[in-house]
Amino acid sequence: MTSQGGISGRRLLAYSVPIASVLAALVLGALMLIALDASPVEGVKAMFDGAFGSGKALTATLLKATPLLFVGVGITIAFRANVINIGGEGQMVMGALLSTIVALNMPDVPAAIMLPAVLIAGLIGGAIWGAIPGALKAYYGVNEILSTIMLNVVAVQFMNYLLRGPLIDPAEIERGTRIPQTERLPEAADLPFLFGSDRLHIGPLLAIAAAIAAYILLWRTPLGYRVRAVGQNTDASRYAGIPVKRTIVLALTMSGAMAGLAGAVLVFGSESHRMVTDGSTAGFTGSAGFNGIVAALFGALHPLWTIPASFLFGGLLVGGNALQRAVQVPAALILALNGLVVVFVVSTEGFRRRLLERQPAVVEEPAAEPEKEAPDPPDTGPPPAPDGGGS
Amino acid sequence: MSDFFTEAVLIATVAGGIRLAVPLLFASLGEMFGQRSGVLNLGVDGVMLLGAFGGYYAVLKTDNVWLGLLVGVAIGVVFGLITAVMSVTLKAEQGISGIGIYLFGLGFSDLLFQKWVGTPLPIKAFPKINIPVLSDIPIIGEMLFRHSAVVYIAFAAVPLSMFIINRTNFGMKIRAVGENPEAADSLGVSVTKVRYATLIIGGLLAGVAGAALAIDLKIFQQNLTNAAGFIAIALVYFGAWRPLGVMGGALLYGFVNSIVLQLKTLGIIPRSWSDIAAMAPAIVTILALVIVAQRFKPPAALTKPFERGR
Repeated sequence: MTSQGGISGRRLLAYSVPIASVLAALVLGALMLIALDASPVEGVKAMFDGAFGSGKALTATLLKATPLLFVGVGITIAFRANVINIGGEGQMVMGALLSTIVALNMPDVPAAIMLPAVLIAGLIGGAIWGAIPGALKAYYGVNEILSTIMLNVVAVQFMNYLLRGPLIDPAEIERGTRIPQTERLPEAADLPFLFGSDRLHIGPLLAIAAAIAAYILLWRTPLGYRVRAVGQNTDASRYAGIPVKRTIVLALTMSGAMAGLAGAVLVFGSESHRMVTDGSTAGFTGSAGFNGIVAALFGALHPLWTIPASFLFGGLLVGGNALQRAVQVPAALILALNGLVVVFVVSTEGFRRRLLERQPAVVEEPAAEPEKEAPDPPDTGPPPAPDGGGS
Repeated sequence: MSDFFTEAVLIATVAGGIRLAVPLLFASLGEMFGQRSGVLNLGVDGVMLLGAFGGYYAVLKTDNVWLGLLVGVAIGVVFGLITAVMSVTLKAEQGISGIGIYLFGLGFSDLLFQKWVGTPLPIKAFPKINIPVLSDIPIIGEMLFRHSAVVYIAFAAVPLSMFIINRTNFGMKIRAVGENPEAADSLGVSVTKVRYATLIIGGLLAGVAGAALAIDLKIFQQNLTNAAGFIAIALVYFGAWRPLGVMGGALLYGFVNSIVLQLKTLGIIPRSWSDIAAMAPAIVTILALVIVAQRFKPPAALTKPFERGR
């Protein structure tokens, strides 16, 4: 093996590739601003102030980052098992729906019971919507990208049905306005505020806790070891006695559960404390199911690095609204830039991987699937015994 | 229910289903070319949205629907090329790179719309062309032969795609590259060139699909496609990578949507039920994915970038 020094130099360069990708996207964004007759200097300043410039701005950024972090953490879990979860949008919706139904059905429960109940309901709703594509992949060989896409479509129609029908606020029917939204959900389910704030709720803390839990799960438990083993080499895992199919289902289930939590936090942390639909998934999720993928990618598909990455992209999204006010460029610009970040990060992935390889690969077995390995975690520690027996 | 089974309503429903299938048909046929050559392109919906805005804007400014369609073609070709650079040359992970194109298209089309248009102004639609003689056949003529030229083009693209894939030299290369790129490469077929070509065809058709959708609806709005591009990708699996199967899937979606629309207009079912009905094709597609996964093999090299000498 090569010397330690050489590796770390190359590693540093490798880690800078995603950052350069984001910078390249931002430069293109600045060019777009110029093309749209807006001052990029003013725009960037407005974005920065709007996202990080005040306590209020930071609160907005933290709240925006929360669903990205939940979804992003879920993406990293699935990705470690070599499964791509494009279904974050649908899983968020299902988590939100199940938690809303639970809250509506027990209006008089104290917060100490209500809060855990709705969060667990969110988790379960998302988990179910993750388990389905997981089982279809493991037992029927259905490509999870396709099934998660279709389940997104099913989820949005189901949401529209529930919010226009059984779950609609009775007052909307009386008034005849029929806005597709629930009544105000029980106050016991409102996410508690932090530090006496009247906006910043416990959502961001929950998301960070989820990221830490995912890290511990992936690198400190037998289950996490199995997930990563299956992701790295399915055949070897099978010979080692790891239940590959069950592990794939579990990985997608956990991934969906994270997105489901994001959905529940969106509902019970919303200012209106209702679940509302405009007919599309993006109307409810703000595309967090996709933007969470961006955050996870930028966080090198590591749950802990996804924390700052989500904060950054949350800031970008919040800053986009400030940008709109300051230089009259629609905030949709930020979504377009997020797309460019993905394009640049995945397109430079091969380059980055080559930098991370200690030696250029000379002999390599033809892999069954292209390698999708993200960098090693900072410290993996000795993995526990592979064959944990039952579970 | 009796209202539904009148002749006029049935004709309108069938004709509407065919019309609604068109954007899906264009986009899925395009995606099929890419997948047959071994590349999964998840960016279809983004390219559709960009094509939709481009087509809408061109028609808004010039009143020329054909120019609108052409703008869709141009945008599609550019993004097909970008997709090819990402997936073929840079070997980007295909399960994710397309999501980047999708997010870009979703954001950028909305950005330009808000900046350049603002309020949704209606545009001209495609003129209807009644096919002589055939359109005079009672019932069937009204259902099938009184559509715009775009509808005829979309359905003509089905046998054309079959011919290209099954009967031409180019089609043989596509299949070879999708099934066994190493063997194709050793026989002197350029894997890179073939995949560039199929992805540009795919982009072109996605751009056309978007423009056709916007001009058919005579409007543009944020997220106009509402995930139609993603459904188009699933329909390629649904159709087991064959043009006729793809057409069947597109028609299924078109008909179900058309029936739901009619039932809603006639007030036969309450609005909330129509959402349940709209779930049907998605659920059928998921079941079809299961069946197809048991019976048909996807192109062996699908999602695998080609590297010589591996």
